[in-house]
Amino acid sequence: MTWETVIGLEVHAQLATNTKIFSAASTAFGAMPNTQACLVDLGMPGVLPVLNKGVVDMAIRFGLAVGATVAEKSVFARKNYFYPDLPKGYQISQFELPVVLGGQITIEVDGKKKVINLTRAHLEEDAGKSLHEDFEGYSGIDLNRAGTPLLEIVSEPDLRSPAEAVAYAKKLHELVQYLGICDGNMQEGSFRVDANVSVHRPGAPFGTRAEIKNVNSFKFLERAIMFEVERQIDVIEAGGQVVQETRLYDAAKDETRSMRSKEEAMDYRYFPCPDLLPLIITPAMIEAVKADMPELPDAKRARFMSQYGLNDYDAMVLTNSREIADYYEAVVAATGGKDAKIAANWVMGELNARLNNDNLSISESPVDAQRMAGLIARILDQTISGKIAKDVFDAMWTSQDSADAIIESKGLKQITDPVAIAAMVRGVIDQFPEQLAQYKGGRDKLFGFFVGEVMKATKGKANPGQVNQILKDELAK
Amino acid sequence: MSDQIDVHKVARLGALAVSDDEVAAVGQKLNAILGLFDQLAAINTDGVEPMAHPLDQVQRLREDVVTETDIHEYVQQIAPKVEAGLYLVPKVIE
Amino acid sequence: MNFHQMTMVQLAEQLRNKSVSSVELTQYFLDRMAQFDGQINSYITQTPDLALAQAAVADARRAAGEDGLLLGMPLAHKDIFCTKDVITTCASKMLANFKAPYNATVVEKLNAAGMVTLGKVNMDEFAMGSTTENSAFGVTRNPWSLDAVPGGSSGGSAAALAAGLAPVATGTDTGGSIRQPAAFCGVTGIKPTYGSVSRYGMIAYASSLDQGGPMAKTAEDCAHLLSAMAGFDERDSTCAEGARPDYVAGLNDSVKGLRIGLPKEYFGEGLSAEVKAATMAVAAELEKQGAVLVEVSLPNTSAAMPAYYVIAPAEASSNLSRYDGVRFGHRCDNPKDLKDMYTRSRSEGFGAEVKRRIMVGAYVLSAGYYDAYYLKAQRVRRLIKQDFVNAFDQCDVILGPVAPTPAWKLGEKTADPTAMYLADIYTIPVNLAGLPAIALPAGFSGGLPVGVQLIGNYFSEPKLLNVAHQYQQATQHHIQMPAAFA
Repeated sequence: MTWETVIGLEVHAQLATNTKIFSAASTAFGAMPNTQACLVDLGMPGVLPVLNKGVVDMAIRFGLAVGATVAEKSVFARKNYFYPDLPKGYQISQFELPVVLGGQITIEVDGKKKVINLTRAHLEEDAGKSLHEDFEGYSGIDLNRAGTPLLEIVSEPDLRSPAEAVAYAKKLHELVQYLGICDGNMQEGSFRVDANVSVHRPGAPFGTRAEIKNVNSFKFLERAIMFEVERQIDVIEAGGQVVQETRLYDAAKDETRSMRSKEEAMDYRYFPCPDLLPLIITPAMIEAVKADMPELPDAKRARFMSQYGLNDYDAMVLTNSREIADYYEAVVAATGGKDAKIAANWVMGELNARLNNDNLSISESPVDAQRMAGLIARILDQTISGKIAKDVFDAMWTSQDSADAIIESKGLKQITDPVAIAAMVRGVIDQFPEQLAQYKGGRDKLFGFFVGEVMKATKGKANPGQVNQILKDELAK
Repeated sequence: MSDQIDVHKVARLGALAVSDDEVAAVGQKLNAILGLFDQLAAINTDGVEPMAHPLDQVQRLREDVVTETDIHEYVQQIAPKVEAGLYLVPKVIE
Repeated sequence: MNFHQMTMVQLAEQLRNKSVSSVELTQYFLDRMAQFDGQINSYITQTPDLALAQAAVADARRAAGEDGLLLGMPLAHKDIFCTKDVITTCASKMLANFKAPYNATVVEKLNAAGMVTLGKVNMDEFAMGSTTENSAFGVTRNPWSLDAVPGGSSGGSAAALAAGLAPVATGTDTGGSIRQPAAFCGVTGIKPTYGSVSRYGMIAYASSLDQGGPMAKTAEDCAHLLSAMAGFDERDSTCAEGARPDYVAGLNDSVKGLRIGLPKEYFGEGLSAEVKAATMAVAAELEKQGAVLVEVSLPNTSAAMPAYYVIAPAEASSNLSRYDGVRFGHRCDNPKDLKDMYTRSRSEGFGAEVKRRIMVGAYVLSAGYYDAYYLKAQRVRRLIKQDFVNAFDQCDVILGPVAPTPAWKLGEKTADPTAMYLADIYTIPVNLAGLPAIALPAGFSGGLPVGVQLIGNYFSEPKLLNVAHQYQQATQHHIQMPAAFA
């Protein structure tokens, strides 16, 4: 018998604000322990929270991007529990009235599109970190992260396979970065995914779900769900029952395991935080965010196809991240909008290959958009051939020189004088009478041999199109 | 309405210890307090919105600008146990 | 000169005309504290070095030409307000060694006005109580009768004022904690409209009810002190925006035509004859001055006490979760694990009443009880607010008792928390509604002061202070001092 899998994801996206959600302390990553924990973050007696406007704007931005309802009124609540990384003994979160309701994300798996519904997205504060290096039986608490704003994005249980879950998570990951509301750095914990997984027989009601935490890459997300699905099926097929619980994914062992069972079920005693008033989002606030809204991936992809004449695949690759899209558009703009296809080939081809090879992101590229445009301009005006351009690009990668300077210093300028090319062609033909005879005798393939010899003789600088034409003419004589 | 209070449970929720010989006395006082609440049930509050704040104010928003500075050395002077800038607690086991 | 018998406004005149310097005035009160506080234990921490240093600065400021009614004026802070680098205990063993790393906004504002901190005064632990008996630093005694309670939770503030150990003091009022000790000790105190005074740095008991305010001999003194305490604070989301009204300008207005509401529910069963009589005498005096008495009704009054004792502990149980022995405050010795550290630190650090309210609060918020208790109480809270809104259609201020009886004996109600809670019935509704109310001395019964309160509409403190001032212009109760401290 077959099994059906049901997955819902809860994504915690750290919002890319300058300051914490309720205090004016910095959110920068990687500072020395507790140097970014102010009195409010430390939960000192008597301190009070004040909500960061940047956090609200980012939540609105997200809500608009997924076609959700941005709640006119939302309320912050306290979730009460004791933990050393939770300084106040409660987390300020949104419970009954979240800031974003509904919304949709469209994913594509194996060429098929599927709409995934969102339940909600709510604002909350992050906790600090427990460091378990041994301080003689003690753990160390760093509260720098305490109070960092989080947008928790909860999907409906609409996902049916690990592949769908990964596609959804990636789409969301791309979106929040596009929106500029999250840096998406999974290693630093900026984008954290929890998965609710259950299995059931076709036609039967949904099974009991387990929540998998601690997944910090898409690869691990897929593996963790795959493992968990197998585990649950094994449990049920062995006559057991899946228990509702939280499980941690252990990447090293590639398994999920139950978190140490709590003595009793948690009772978080949510209630409205009396230190904060209802958050009212006015139409004017929404309009202000709308006016400032970046173009979204799907819209950008469509525009790239219509405006630049790109095919679907190229447009998709170039809009995969906002940085790549911005780079590409800067290149096109700098070349005067001429032949956007060549720019696309260069960004997706040479540039992408070199970046991958050197393990760099596009923002770290040694060749910026302006210099890239300088190179492409020389291809377009036939100063150099595409092949020579690759050599020039190599040289640009390791220097600060412009394409023009490299072409000049290395004498790579393309030969386009038809008289000069014809002279060289004739010289080559004279050099190889035997091959000429064979060619005339019907061995058409030798045409390529002559092209190669001409290019060799000109050190690759002859315009290949002209070489082809002139060679054809001369051989026909 | 007033159930007998589970002293161990509410003590656990509040991270408080109530020893076995205190439980009866503590429970008796807590139950007496809960007894005061019985009259709430008698009040008709149909259609009345819960009121969390006395004034109908809305949340004010702070500009997203860093104004706080590093104060860890100063504030850690009053901490029970610190090392290397970290607050120390008995080992956290997950 | 008997400076301790003077009102703050009179002392300010002494400072202004250079009859006395701030350092001299400060030393005068420090000497009295040293001499008399042993009898009443109103101070938890005396800060003579800080006081004299602040006084010297104030004198220098005055010498440089600055003037200001509060410049160089000594005061006592309720030990709930954080004072930077000064131990701030909240009367709890939990914070016995807590040197606050910052100043409360109120402290900051009063410091800026040039006021001099004599010390931190006693209170019920975390402001939970009506007698100041719930203090980890010993009970405070009522200067009018040393075996009587001073009221609470701002009992140290009221007792210090009554004994002449400070000219003015700060207090906080969550369910009556300014008004009831003011009444028990024969001083004046105003609980402002919720949101008038910043709560930043005022250690939280029940956040949606807590409000700081001034305590003094007279309404006029309160008006001046409140002017410096109140104001918008960007660090407190619940602090009202915009300017505060002028609390002083209207003090001398006539009360002619003022409609004074007497809520019938405040004069029923449970109110002692002597308090009732004193309250009616106040009404008669104001009527004599031209005010009009009207009967009003606050039908949900009896529901306020249970609603309060659901809401306040609910908020408190959460507010007090930060006391975990990690970043500040008491930590138990040799915790064997994390859970042991939490439970032992908290059990050792908190007193019995605080623990009770934490447990009650946890209970009313817990799964299965939230709707029946917490949410129900929040609905009742709205009904109580609506009662006042309706009443203020018919009157300008409401007059009533502060407490059913004058101060009771030390230890009399400690065994039965519910009996103690019942004594808060007249003060609690005001906090639930967030309204301002002023308590003022109205006479004596059996040698103990009796107080009354005037309740006003939102942000009508100027009216309350005006009415109280007009009453005090015509009466002498507020300037009486207990013989042992006179």
